[in-house]
Amino acid sequence: MIEGLLLGLAAAVTPFNLMMVVMGCVIGTLIGMLPGLGPMSIIAIMIPIAISIGDPASALILLSGVYYGAIFGGSTSSILLNAPGVAGTVATSFDGYPMARKGMAGKALTIAAIASFAGGTIGTILLMIFAPALSSVALLFHSAEYFALMVVGLSAIAAFAGTGQVGKALMMTILGLMMGTVGEGALSNMPRFTFGIMELQSGFSFITLAMAMFALPEALFLVMNPARAATDAGGKITNLRISRDEARTIAPVIGRQSIQGFFIGVLPGAGATIASFLGYAVERNLAKGKEQEEFGHGSIKGLAAPESANNAACSGSFVPLLTLGIPGSGTTAILLGALLALSVTPGPRLMIDEPDVFWAVIISMYIGNLVLLMLNLPLIPYIAKILTIPRQYLIPFILFFTLMGSYIGQNNPTELLILVGFGVIATILRFADYPLAPLLIGFILGTMMEDNFARAMQLYRGFDFIIERPMTLALLVLAAILVVLPSYRARRARLRAAGVADGD
Amino acid sequence: MALDRWIALAFITLCCVYGYAAFFTMDDSLPPILRRNPIWPSTFPKMLAVAGIIVGLMVLFGPKTRKADNPAKAADGTMDITKLREYQIVPALALVVLMLAYAMTLRPLGFLGSTTLFLMLGAMILGERKLYVLIPIAGLAAWSIWYLVQEVLGIFLRPWPAFMA
Repeated sequence: MIEGLLLGLAAAVTPFNLMMVVMGCVIGTLIGMLPGLGPMSIIAIMIPIAISIGDPASALILLSGVYYGAIFGGSTSSILLNAPGVAGTVATSFDGYPMARKGMAGKALTIAAIASFAGGTIGTILLMIFAPALSSVALLFHSAEYFALMVVGLSAIAAFAGTGQVGKALMMTILGLMMGTVGEGALSNMPRFTFGIMELQSGFSFITLAMAMFALPEALFLVMNPARAATDAGGKITNLRISRDEARTIAPVIGRQSIQGFFIGVLPGAGATIASFLGYAVERNLAKGKEQEEFGHGSIKGLAAPESANNAACSGSFVPLLTLGIPGSGTTAILLGALLALSVTPGPRLMIDEPDVFWAVIISMYIGNLVLLMLNLPLIPYIAKILTIPRQYLIPFILFFTLMGSYIGQNNPTELLILVGFGVIATILRFADYPLAPLLIGFILGTMMEDNFARAMQLYRGFDFIIERPMTLALLVLAAILVVLPSYRARRARLRAAGVADGD
Repeated sequence: MALDRWIALAFITLCCVYGYAAFFTMDDSLPPILRRNPIWPSTFPKMLAVAGIIVGLMVLFGPKTRKADNPAKAADGTMDITKLREYQIVPALALVVLMLAYAMTLRPLGFLGSTTLFLMLGAMILGERKLYVLIPIAGLAAWSIWYLVQEVLGIFLRPWPAFMA
């Protein structure tokens, strides 16, 4: 591991890559602060730039810097405006906004920054320990297991989608998989489902799809709902210091929530949102008497808990991506797409074939956390000024960057028509409460899944691989349980609510 | 019928079309040598079509979902169909049309022209009227983005209208 760390240090600590980290963190914070633009949209917008860098390590360093910065920026707008830009920072606003209302905005931002830093750093250390171990196990996997593993991953994403959402999430996953089959197929180069349209020959572009699913609906929603872009953060941010007592109070919270957040982040589909809500709930239950009453009215513990949990979960979500090549969240799915575009295939072999990429990313996470702490803390009062840009200027620019991102990748105006078309569909889907991340994850995993499926089918001359490889069977059973269990429990809860006896 | 069920219905229709292509038309062009393979290009799509129809039916006839169950969803700022009337639909639609127009004019008008127009009209749709601020900002932004993309990133973007090239 030491060897790897040194390798990563050598790769990450070059002037260019350091610049990428700083740039990523600053851009991420700036854009992440804007209400309505989450890390997924920002990373999607940044991908064309990252790809044109050409070096996979630098590109990934830039993108993970953007990711961390976006999460941090999201907490800033949660605290100052009570307008979380990201679902993962909703829990931050529970206690962060009351603190800001009491005139302690500076203190709240400091606590958020420190908690994020600690969460991110502890998460990265855990990632460093667990990723190599997991990828050595993953090397034993065959294509059959990979196929099964992807089924498990996709089912888990659906299963964690929330009550009553499992069916919808599954539907979106299948839609994504179906969209992944458009274009020239994996096994034979036969064009499939192109309906004779030349532009579909190479399939849908994943950047276009990512923009259409996340950036466009958010921007359109900003237009439709002016209240969302309300800006009243003109107030001064002063007194960034926290006292020694306060530091002592939040230290155990940060420690606990970093570890818990990391492990929740590892689970596919759970991610930063669940980690932050769960972290908040756990700390509220652990707190005693007066401290517990303070939750929701500006408790520093209630602020530190979700902040450290969501950052640790971000590190955790890199585990399945880097070791198995299976993204567990929309954001890591976008990162996977970017990596594939740079001809790096994440997976267990990444550590062996391209250890410099692997370790450079891990080192850059440390650096990114450090940069966020050092750079953003003193600059926050100035950075927060971006919240005062009038929306009639902001929104056309967001839309323009979205269009540009998909245009410069392909240099084809038809791509823009596809983008707008899917963007409108995605907006309608959002209105009907359909989750969109599963669609993108399905789309990206679709090709890989079919490849592995085809290889397993060819090796075993048919579906026998399911029975002949116990591990595959076990994984597929697990996937089935993951899908069925939530709907079974929802059904039972419904029956109980309706007053029907609970079976015997 | 609620919007989400209409979408489920549309999805099932899509699966039927997709499945029809996978089951009946796709294999016709498959060369005989590939027919001896245990897996055909249509195998995976067939599975997806069947799974899609099943899941679609589940959502179509499934129980009504309660929104408040999800803490993340209950938070302010999520899209809510019940508030559709309060939302400003017209500017949003106008912006969609503007984006389509941008896509169509990008080649004929050139990057600088159509981008400047896009940024200006976009701001005007959202209620900005100060043209003396708007024109310089839009022009400058279009030029600096063009400079970044073309000169720094090295991706060709045609700056001027087609007839001037």
